[in-house]
Amino acid sequence: MALKGLDIFKLTPKKNCKDCGFPTCLAFSMKVAAGAVEISKCPHMSDEALAKLEEATAPLMRTVKFGKGDNEYSLGGETVLFRHEKTYVNRNRFAVMFTDAMTDEEIDKKINNIKKVNYVRIGEEMKVEIAAIKYEGDKDKYLNLVKKIKESDLEVTYMLVCEKPDIVKEALELLKDENPIIYGANKENYEEMVGLVKDNKFPLGLKADNLEGLYELVEKVQELNYKELLLGTEGESIKDTFTKTVQIRRTALKEEDRKFGYPSVVFVNELAGEDKFMTTALASLFTLRYGSIIVLNDIDYSIALPLFALRQNIFTDPQRPMTVEPDVYAVNDADENSPVLVTVDFALTYFIVSGEVERSKVPAWLAIPDAGGYSVLTAWAAGKLSGSTIANFIKESGVEEKTKCRKLIIPGKVAVLKGEIEDNLPDWEIIVGPDEAMHLPKFLKELNESIRAEAQGA
Amino acid sequence: MAFKMSVQKSKGKVQEVEIGKGEKAIKIGGENVIPFYDFDGDIGNSPKLGIEILDVYPEDWVDSLKELYKDVADNPVEWAKFVEKEIKPDFICLRFKGADPNELDKSPEECAEVAKAVAEAISLPLVIAGTNNHEKDAKLFEKVAPAVQGHNCLFLSATEENYKAVGAGVALAYDHKLGAESSVDINLAKQLNVLLTQLGVKGEDIVMNVGNSAVGYGFEYLVSTVDRIRLALFNQNDKTLQMPIITPVSFETWNVKESMADENDVPEWGSREDRGISMEISTAASVITVGSNAVVLRHPKSLEVMKKFVSELH
Repeated sequence: MALKGLDIFKLTPKKNCKDCGFPTCLAFSMKVAAGAVEISKCPHMSDEALAKLEEATAPLMRTVKFGKGDNEYSLGGETVLFRHEKTYVNRNRFAVMFTDAMTDEEIDKKINNIKKVNYVRIGEEMKVEIAAIKYEGDKDKYLNLVKKIKESDLEVTYMLVCEKPDIVKEALELLKDENPIIYGANKENYEEMVGLVKDNKFPLGLKADNLEGLYELVEKVQELNYKELLLGTEGESIKDTFTKTVQIRRTALKEEDRKFGYPSVVFVNELAGEDKFMTTALASLFTLRYGSIIVLNDIDYSIALPLFALRQNIFTDPQRPMTVEPDVYAVNDADENSPVLVTVDFALTYFIVSGEVERSKVPAWLAIPDAGGYSVLTAWAAGKLSGSTIANFIKESGVEEKTKCRKLIIPGKVAVLKGEIEDNLPDWEIIVGPDEAMHLPKFLKELNESIRAEAQGA
Repeated sequence: MAFKMSVQKSKGKVQEVEIGKGEKAIKIGGENVIPFYDFDGDIGNSPKLGIEILDVYPEDWVDSLKELYKDVADNPVEWAKFVEKEIKPDFICLRFKGADPNELDKSPEECAEVAKAVAEAISLPLVIAGTNNHEKDAKLFEKVAPAVQGHNCLFLSATEENYKAVGAGVALAYDHKLGAESSVDINLAKQLNVLLTQLGVKGEDIVMNVGNSAVGYGFEYLVSTVDRIRLALFNQNDKTLQMPIITPVSFETWNVKESMADENDVPEWGSREDRGISMEISTAASVITVGSNAVVLRHPKSLEVMKKFVSELH
């Protein structure tokens, strides 16, 4: 159970020395109780007090780090079961499965597929983060596979899936600088497996036949004082796997039992096999319901586009809207004769508006000023989108060099700004666009006709 | 200490709503737990999967669907019969795209005849979707509702703007089921349910449509709205939010860049059809996972995969 501020206060030196950065020991204690500060910020705590507190104030779900350099990731650390209660913290990561039973051709194909799927969506790099490498019985082939993937120029981190400590040991020789995950500690081999990873603190994935067995295994591993753990949710069926994955997260966060306070590993590849649409369905399910590492059989754009987009949505902080970088964006190969549309930097608005402009097939420039990440009406009401914001952005963004067309379309919902913009931008014709983005294609097509007619008339 | 299953007791239960008549009528709702959480309680009726058809030729649909429906797509009655016989969804959603004032602006009378003929030609439950133009929908439903009386159809949807006309003209006068459409906000959903109830529409005649978006397009708002609506019911027994939820997934997922982009423009993205199916499946699986009781799909492959998804998990 979590400690209250006053319980923590009793253990402090009560000297109000401010070394922790807070005015009083009590204020500091309250912050620690709320989880806002680490207890170690106080340099005067006794060792016993620290040990006592660390146990009690540890997060319910541990944050586990793996990988190296640009490919280092954190998993877990979640505090709520539903994102609206606060926010989710560490997005799940996707893995693609390789095994020593695959032919070279299959392996090359997957490596190539992982390389191909690599793109940016709203400022986030989208790609498979993990190569899962499973031992199926041929040691030499397995070690060669690890080597092959490491020597390919894949930008990934590694998860060895293997229950044989002697083979893990050899494979780790190849990956010792990569901070890989080792998945495959069970009730028979756990002592040896912990021995292999302990010095380097590599994350260790535990597996058992059922939740009771997994719970006992965690207890045993914790007795060895090892806590860099991941929990496998391998089940006999989709339903069984789902139940395990949900129960693990809920036991940690709702029942406040830290035995299950670790990230999960979900093998969607075992459940969906080669069926890529089932893969998409199940990976979506586990993105929403508590999968931390989701292992796929393979990747292509039809799997990646929805999955990475879903993950990006789900792991946004509800208190901080997603925004796009303020800039002038070309849509449908806009050129020096294309009109300019203005809208806000709220990502959802941007996506809907740019989508509708694309649908119209009319080349246009999309001017996105900094509007505080709000929707059009909210930004206007909050004073973040005014006639002068728009006018200044048009002047400073350089759009006047990008196009000779001097038609500026403003959102219908802020038609009231027209006069003010006209005053500030005398060279421009300010046109009030439709209220709803869905009417943009029709509006733009008609506008385009009139621009063309004008050009011909001139 | 041994492991003990974490069990959450529920205080509320989703209202069961029946759509359609006879053997093929469907029931949605009835659960008192988060979807598939049978360790907590009663998971109720399985989520239902519908297929979308239009009152006009599906000009902007992917080529493979135009090919599949080539002999029937000019005639909604033949189209509906084909879907019932060959594709076998739980229900059919007839969408009056042609009635949209921005499209063909077909008259309510003409649409009523189409709806009647379709309802009589099939035994599957019929969901009738309007144009999303509140004014036109009120006029459209006023004529369609009497024409399909007795078939216990679900109409999508009444909104804050037209709920009086639609509520009275669909549910009160002709005993159909009514969709209550709000835009991704628990309070707006609640308010519309209250307004409809005050109008005299019975709770068991209402199905909520609390918003619709494709994954990647503000989908987190939909997830959190549905999460909050269901938790308000299960944790606090908020009866004004106990109606089941329908999400017309296909209306959105096929209009986003991922599903629309031409293969020549983005060759690395691969098959447009596969992308469209995958966006539809990911969105449908996700809304069902958080609490939608029925979804509308477009592609038969999506239906096939989602059938398997539901049967494995429910």
